[in-house]
Amino acid sequence: MNLQFLADGILTGAMIGLGAIGVTLTYSILRFANFAHGEFIAWGAYLALGVASASGWLVAGAAIPIGPLSFGWGLVLALLIAMPLTGLLALALDWALFARLRDKASSITVVMASFGASMALRNLLEFLFTSRPAYFSRELQIAIRLGWGVRVTADQLALVALTAILVISLNLVLSRTQIGRSMRAVSENRALARVAGVDVDHVVRVTWLIGGALACASGVMIGLVVQIRPFMGFDMLLPLFAAAILGGIGSIPGALMGGLVVGIAEALSAATVGAEWRAAAAFVLLIGILLIRPAGLFGARE
Amino acid sequence: MSAALAVTDLVAGYDPGVPIVNGASLTVAAGEIVAVLGPNGAGKSTLIKAIAGVTPVQSGSVFLGEEDITRLPAHRMVRHGLAFVPQTENIFTGLSVEDNLLLAAGILKPTERAGRIAEIYRFFPDLARQRRLAAGRLSGGQRQMAAIARALIVAPRVLMLDEPSAGLSPKLVEGVFARLAEIRAHGVAIVLVEQNARAALAIADRGLILVEGRERHEGRASELWGDPRVAELYLGGVRA
Repeated sequence: MNLQFLADGILTGAMIGLGAIGVTLTYSILRFANFAHGEFIAWGAYLALGVASASGWLVAGAAIPIGPLSFGWGLVLALLIAMPLTGLLALALDWALFARLRDKASSITVVMASFGASMALRNLLEFLFTSRPAYFSRELQIAIRLGWGVRVTADQLALVALTAILVISLNLVLSRTQIGRSMRAVSENRALARVAGVDVDHVVRVTWLIGGALACASGVMIGLVVQIRPFMGFDMLLPLFAAAILGGIGSIPGALMGGLVVGIAEALSAATVGAEWRAAAAFVLLIGILLIRPAGLFGARE
Repeated sequence: MSAALAVTDLVAGYDPGVPIVNGASLTVAAGEIVAVLGPNGAGKSTLIKAIAGVTPVQSGSVFLGEEDITRLPAHRMVRHGLAFVPQTENIFTGLSVEDNLLLAAGILKPTERAGRIAEIYRFFPDLARQRRLAAGRLSGGQRQMAAIARALIVAPRVLMLDEPSAGLSPKLVEGVFARLAEIRAHGVAIVLVEQNARAALAIADRGLILVEGRERHEGRASELWGDPRVAELYLGGVRA
């Protein structure tokens, strides 16, 4: 058996993991499961597409592929601009909806509100861009042979590297900076964090910005290796939550590891029992791991 | 000289119709320890939580020196120099000892943080040795010291502690209270809410007996300790 499934699974897992980090951050700081997170992925991809298209019109050569990659520096610039924009979208949704319910409504009310927001954001995308798929690039890529039957494209390698850079950067922010310590403190004990001088509202804002920015990166990755559609984020929702729960809700390394496990399980089942079983295989694995470790791979017992 | 902390006619509680603190007043001078005692349910913990901005204040005033800090949010109280150590869950167990201190030092200028943490480590050498350890792995006495160290990082003018002796052995209580006496010697005003009246009055300068949300008796610690009415009525005969 060749190991192609491993390469495919790592790439899918990286995309799921980046999205799951946002889900797990929101859950641990704000204490609710945000079902609108998938829409940040889709909106992030469309925002990046908008900026990339604009840069292509404004600057000649922005769309010319960089070396073996299928995309030009216009998409790199688009990603850098769309990430904070998606963060701002998440912040705006919090301001318009979640902040008004926080501390006043039950958590199930907030979760249902996130379902509503998810539908509204998704339908707005469909209204604006139709459901026809869009692409960052239509360039054909020649896969590189890595040995053991594994072939990957330069885009795939670049996206795995991007995931590694983003996760390492986030880890450094959480472990070495004041805002990172504040986020960990609020996640553990919000009341004590306030007493210790932490401005919890500021931490909440930063959490939305980071979660939105990572969702955008995930959306751009999906858009680059698959396609851009209004439903692209919604389709990712179950794998995102599966990864976040599998890794241990609230754990950043857990979310990434959960994403990789789900991605590799999906790819392995597609290579062995058939692509139609990929989602089922991932969830059987999820149930199996949770039966052994109810708090997830990296989760702490309540 | 104005008091470091002056609380006047404070009414506080979660439900506006049912105040838990009902017109309590309290003053503490710099370098003084005031013990707040009383039976269970008297409102002792709610009183200092209300002062610290954790429990909603319905009326009354809280002054820190000349500044009116009534109803300031809890995170801004610290910036004004009022530190609070809750009774339970008073450190972040998932953070290392050093990260607990760095977190609290966040309101200081970046150039001041390292120096202040070094000072705290000199004061609590045990914590310096365990700085890399997750705070959740500290023993009960060390946790209490870490919680006090976390509160002291900002060099507060007023330090308020909610039952620091809870769950500790008599020897550890002795150690914690000895530290409080040293902190007082640095000019910090301390408000000490305690069930352990014997230990609290032994180090306090003054005591205040709270009943049904307001002070019923107030006086020098030695006088309160010797007053049989106070011991019988409100301290549950703890002198024995």
